[in-house]
Amino acid sequence: MNRLVQRLGWPGTIALGVVLVIVLVAVFAPWVAPYPQQGVGAPNVAAKLSSPSAQYWLGTDHLGRDMLSRIIYGTRVSLTNGVLIVTFSLLIGLPVGLAAGYFGGWIDEALMRGTDIFLAFPALLLAVLMAAALGPGFLNSIIAVSVTWWPWYARLARSEVLVLRGQPYVEAARLAGVSHARIIARHILPATARPLTVQAALDVGPALLTAAALSFLGLGVLPPTADWGQMVDAGRKFFPARWWYSAMPGLAIFIVALAFSVLGDALRDRKGGASRGAA
Amino acid sequence: MALLEIRNLSVAIPTPEGDVHAVRSVSLEIERGEIHGVIGESGCGKTMTGMAALGLVPKGARIAADRFHFDGEDLRENAGRLRGRRIGMISQDPAAALNPVLSIARQMDDVLRAHRDMPRQARRAEAVALLAATGLPDPERVLKSYPHQLSGGMQQRVVIAQALATGADFLIADEPTTALDVSVGAQVLALLRKLVVERGLTVLMITHDMDVIAEACDRATVLYAGLSVETGPVGNVLQQTGHPYARALLAALPDAAPHGAKLAAIEGSIPPPRSEINGCAFAPRCPQAMPVCAMQVVPERALAAHRWLCHLPEGSA
Repeated sequence: MNRLVQRLGWPGTIALGVVLVIVLVAVFAPWVAPYPQQGVGAPNVAAKLSSPSAQYWLGTDHLGRDMLSRIIYGTRVSLTNGVLIVTFSLLIGLPVGLAAGYFGGWIDEALMRGTDIFLAFPALLLAVLMAAALGPGFLNSIIAVSVTWWPWYARLARSEVLVLRGQPYVEAARLAGVSHARIIARHILPATARPLTVQAALDVGPALLTAAALSFLGLGVLPPTADWGQMVDAGRKFFPARWWYSAMPGLAIFIVALAFSVLGDALRDRKGGASRGAA
Repeated sequence: MALLEIRNLSVAIPTPEGDVHAVRSVSLEIERGEIHGVIGESGCGKTMTGMAALGLVPKGARIAADRFHFDGEDLRENAGRLRGRRIGMISQDPAAALNPVLSIARQMDDVLRAHRDMPRQARRAEAVALLAATGLPDPERVLKSYPHQLSGGMQQRVVIAQALATGADFLIADEPTTALDVSVGAQVLALLRKLVVERGLTVLMITHDMDVIAEACDRATVLYAGLSVETGPVGNVLQQTGHPYARALLAALPDAAPHGAKLAAIEGSIPPPRSEINGCAFAPRCPQAMPVCAMQVVPERALAAHRWLCHLPEGSA
């Protein structure tokens, strides 16, 4: 514990704790949520729009569902969003960056100029356009955000590969006639995997924030699945009289995004540098 | 026919400030089964000559030669195919030539797999045999090791074993002993000699160390400013040295000076690589320079297989 605080500082340690709690809550949602049925969408109209009380800690929504349970179930959607977005982005960005960096020349030019096209658009605008074109839905919103996300991984992978490609042992392997595929698999990929997974882990927070923005705009997960962005949007109609409807999921988004951001900064700043990999 | 035949090789690298003449005119003939030393100071083009034979010149570099052949094949077209198959490379720093996070077994196997169509067990046995052939005492243990667990000499033996694993019969050794201490370096040179005798290897030994030439080479070529200025059997080059630059190099050896005396140095510096050279490249630094040296094309002098470029007539040294 002391060593952790030493490496991450207090804010980082607290953020790490918050992230761990959120992950646990997501995994054990049915056991943690006070009203699991309402969490997955069962209406409870008798108690609609109740203010926070001992029975409903964070109040209820317009169908009487317990906000706390809905938010707890929402962690599942949010975290899955974040993780899947960075996973998809890695799956596209890593091969593109590897090929561009390793082979260089016109392959590099073609791939990286293609990448630049995606980077030229404001990320959120592109995501909204994609989501609108694909239609709302869980998977579509993830694809939409991934499309704006992968170019960063392509760039990062490329820059890592450029350094590795100049290593004498990579040249030695080529001189010894080892094939490109084998060199990439043996010498390049393992060494790029670490900085990229670190970056991906840090990106889960911003990614789920973007996904929440999409679902706030009605382009994300469809009801009755609980989703924070969508809940904030639904609560707007009842704001400010029933302030908790929008505020509570908004607070959840705020806490998660802040925790990931603080944790990311702590990992980047920690002694020894970020390039050495995750704690 | 010589295994490697290079006649008037030049390598020019275009830059915004003008061409860099990395190699101006190098001629080399390397016979099968010999260790041929190429010696010269930094920037004389010895490494670039080796890289040209491997087909690894920088992008945009222009190679020209009257003849540039390996075993009858034109290196300008076939270097990429011959590299890693018939032509191997041993680099200066064995520690850098091995990936620090992979076991020796992995790295040997990658090379064997690329060249030999053999099942895994046979490759393993071959790796052990190759490591043993380089004089490593406990090849099984070395295979399980990681590079940092081996000494510099052992690492260089592993690199040599890797070069052998490709099946190459011609090795370009770029200062293979520079990163090693003297006694270990001598062992590596002895190993190369043994491999030449036992396996019929041919070695191009790039070095800046006259001792390496004297110790390990059959013939030697002296490079100066991208020009091969003297070539011949090592005995001739070292004892009946023809070119004043080669003589100055020998005189600059610490061993050549009496104990306590000031060490000899060659005054001046090599001509800048972007400049054009008329006459003899060494003339501005040469203690025996004559007016003609800086102006006229240098004639070749020859005594049997020993040839050098100089305006001074034979036997005037």
